[in-house]
Amino acid sequence: MSTTEKEIKFSEATMARVHELISHYPEGRQKSALLPVLHLAQNEFGGWLSVPVMDYVASVLQLEPIEVYEVATFYTMYNQEPVGQCMIEFCQTGPCLCGGVEPLIEYTENKLGIKLGETTPDGKFTLKGVECLGACGYAPMAQIGKYYYEHLTPAKIDRIIEEFGKPGWDPHKKHEI
Amino acid sequence: MGRKLLLEHEHVPGIDGYEVYRSKGGYQAVEKALKSMGPEAVVEEVKTSGLRGRGGAGFPTGMKWSFIAKPEGKPRYLVCNADESEPGTFKDRYLMEKIPHLLVEGLILSSFALGANTAYIYIRGEYKWLVDVMEKAIGEAKHNGWIGKNILNSGFNLEIYVNNGAGAYICGEETALIESLEGKRGNPRIKPPFPAVSGLYNCPTVVNNVESIAAVVPIINLGGAEYAKIGLGKSTGTKLISACGHLKKPGVYEIELGVSVEEFINSEEYCGGIRDGHRLKALIPGGSSVPVLPYHLIYKTANGDQRLMTYESLADGGFATGSMLGSGGFIAMDETTCIVRNTWSFARFYHHESCGQCSPCREGTGWMEKVLHRIEHGHGNMHDIDLLVDVAKKIEGNTICPLGDAAAWPVAAAIRHFREEFEYHIKYPEKVKGIYAHLPDYSAVPV
Amino acid sequence: MKVTIDGHTIEVEPGTTILQAARMIGGDVVPPAMCYYSKLKDSGGKCRTCIVEVSKGSEKDPRPMPKLVASCRTTVMDGMEVKNFTSERVLEARRGVVEFLLINHPLDCPVCDQAGECHLQDLAYEHGSAKTRYEEERRKYDMVDIGDKIKLHMTRCILCYRCVFTADQITDKRVHGVLHRGDSAEIGTYIEKAIENDFSGNVIDVCPVGALTDKTFRFKSRVWFVKPMLASRSCDKCCGKVVLWTSGKDVHRVTARKDQFGEVEEFICNTCRFDKKHLNDWTIEGPAPIEKQSVISANKYKQGLKVTAPQKIEYGNRPLLG
Repeated sequence: MSTTEKEIKFSEATMARVHELISHYPEGRQKSALLPVLHLAQNEFGGWLSVPVMDYVASVLQLEPIEVYEVATFYTMYNQEPVGQCMIEFCQTGPCLCGGVEPLIEYTENKLGIKLGETTPDGKFTLKGVECLGACGYAPMAQIGKYYYEHLTPAKIDRIIEEFGKPGWDPHKKHEI
Repeated sequence: MGRKLLLEHEHVPGIDGYEVYRSKGGYQAVEKALKSMGPEAVVEEVKTSGLRGRGGAGFPTGMKWSFIAKPEGKPRYLVCNADESEPGTFKDRYLMEKIPHLLVEGLILSSFALGANTAYIYIRGEYKWLVDVMEKAIGEAKHNGWIGKNILNSGFNLEIYVNNGAGAYICGEETALIESLEGKRGNPRIKPPFPAVSGLYNCPTVVNNVESIAAVVPIINLGGAEYAKIGLGKSTGTKLISACGHLKKPGVYEIELGVSVEEFINSEEYCGGIRDGHRLKALIPGGSSVPVLPYHLIYKTANGDQRLMTYESLADGGFATGSMLGSGGFIAMDETTCIVRNTWSFARFYHHESCGQCSPCREGTGWMEKVLHRIEHGHGNMHDIDLLVDVAKKIEGNTICPLGDAAAWPVAAAIRHFREEFEYHIKYPEKVKGIYAHLPDYSAVPV
Repeated sequence: MKVTIDGHTIEVEPGTTILQAARMIGGDVVPPAMCYYSKLKDSGGKCRTCIVEVSKGSEKDPRPMPKLVASCRTTVMDGMEVKNFTSERVLEARRGVVEFLLINHPLDCPVCDQAGECHLQDLAYEHGSAKTRYEEERRKYDMVDIGDKIKLHMTRCILCYRCVFTADQITDKRVHGVLHRGDSAEIGTYIEKAIENDFSGNVIDVCPVGALTDKTFRFKSRVWFVKPMLASRSCDKCCGKVVLWTSGKDVHRVTARKDQFGEVEEFICNTCRFDKKHLNDWTIEGPAPIEKQSVISANKYKQGLKVTAPQKIEYGNRPLLG
């Protein structure tokens, strides 16, 4: 989905959530809602934060655009580039290293024909290497959309690639693999 | 069987919901505190309990509470640090997933003790589903009158909100967390002032780890003195340990502080030993920031005493021969583990997570990573080893927040205990050029 | 309150920082500061060059502080004793900080407009090493124009945050900030944007290095070949008190006046800085005072100053203790 072609505006439900989030903080401290609102924006506008989207968030929260850019570039979960429909984020820190994530990443890379940090030409999959996700006892693992997928094996990767690339796949649901 | 105070009902079906939690004695501590104790008495019980911060630093929680300033006309805040990001640590996530109401109950008690009418739970961004879990529990508690206005007719008002981060280890540092909660970049603040005086929105604030807050529930139920009887010496109570690495049964365990490391690793009650056919080589007992212990210093201290799971025993020997209990991120590594690669992996982590505010950390973490990457990939020089030690030394203690120390310690400790492995990588680059299957003969490692 | 720094004792008001107290004493006890700026609120604490050792906490609690502290952000206590140049620990740690600041610095002084008035040059000369131990690739960025008058050369930046504080506190709207994090952090506007407001030029003056330079002066002359003159004009936006950098009848650049610690005395507006480049725009007050050790003073103010090359170049020109 391109964010520049259509008007950037939160749906009514999202806007209601934005107002609720703002109400969690004292008067005049609406900037506190910035991180959660950026998550909402990323979910709603195609999985990444384009400049118009960030400017829109700035206007919703009455901030200067630079305040939003500064924050959006600090935190790794905000994507500054478009990503695929299904983003597989492999944890690659120490314990997952012990748990054998490296051969699994290599397997996935070969299977999809892309490297970490790349998106398949059909726009279905993005691979990303991330740092510790707090699932060290269940290695190797990856975050896909909202949920964690743990104790991964090549067979599970096969199923993920088969299922999660289908049209209409929902990243906000937990899928059985 | 060790006593369980936090995870007693972890396997009860439906314990994540209000009804079952309540039926197992949930929210009794709130009744007790609000009806018959008063805020000061709650603080006193926590002080008596000897509870130490479970996030990693181990600072006495009751003492931290007693520092909170109480100026007229300024609200006070309690912030729950659920930004669990220390490699090896996944206990807070387990607790919130399994028994979210225990955290909610702890938050009510702690807010009451501090006189805070608003509490925030700051959950790391990646734990996206836990926001729903915690908001559901908060909603249930509110529906049943444990949160809101004039709770139990005590005159105490409280609202609890969940805020999620967006991918930054540094936000586990309490002032970075506060900045992030204010919607800013997670740059740690320069202290003083400390949050107890000027924290969230420049108001007095206490930031406590999830487990510390949850532990207040059994402390109030049992009484601080009773809680203090569990454990050993100044390591009182129980602690959640998240065990991972080459163990038969990795997972989250609640231990009475004072269990021996040997028992924790090998007994069936806990980790069940090292995976079949392998031998323990090294241990990181408290999250990636603490020094690694080589085999001969794991079960016994340098003095030959049994090594116990306590703040004191794990630190016995200082950094020369000891480590730290830290956050309880327990990473056991067997003989297939390449210490150099592992150290590089952690160095890469700290490089990635440095906020970039102060120069030693911003530049030093990247430097260490690059040198370790070279050594690991067969392009090292002998003088690189001493260079790493020196760079680590120049970062340590000279940064705004403890991330600099956390980055420096693992590198320094790995070289201290496994220098021969680094030298091996440098001497025989052709043997370590494989992608990950490069396991030199570690005959020098005493197993 | 009484505080002793390197053996010099001074009485100061409560709330004074160690660095401020050291500046009151003056001379050799003043720690170098790359990010702290007394005119900018909340600045300091980041670069760690001003770290000192507190060998005695106070009269009441004489215990030494375990870690070295940033003198710019640590307030003095009564009876505090501080070691700066008399502490080998401080000098060693500071050497480390200088090295960290330099590993990703391009060291392109020969083509940098800031050369000759660069605080990083001074710092490296005083506290740094003549050789580097850094063998890895250095960080690089493309140069960008932020507006038609200011050049941002991010590769040279040491992330002192001064320009961000300046934009926040001196100008009416901030459009640039610190983006990304760790050693990828950079000053920028994220989208190509000009910094346009009457006081934006001050970011050039507060920048301790050559990261933000005046495009109207770019490659015109080395600073030591131009004559600094105090000058003033009546300006409706700012104080109108400046330094003109002239050669003959040409005004090459205009900057704010700076004090002995290199800080701007009063901020000036962009009209004075960029648009008044003729001698007859100004009333000349006389030659500007320049620090004696400054390279800018070379060939201009001969005061019988004897310059000797440092004896030991391994660690700059400050002798090692012990």
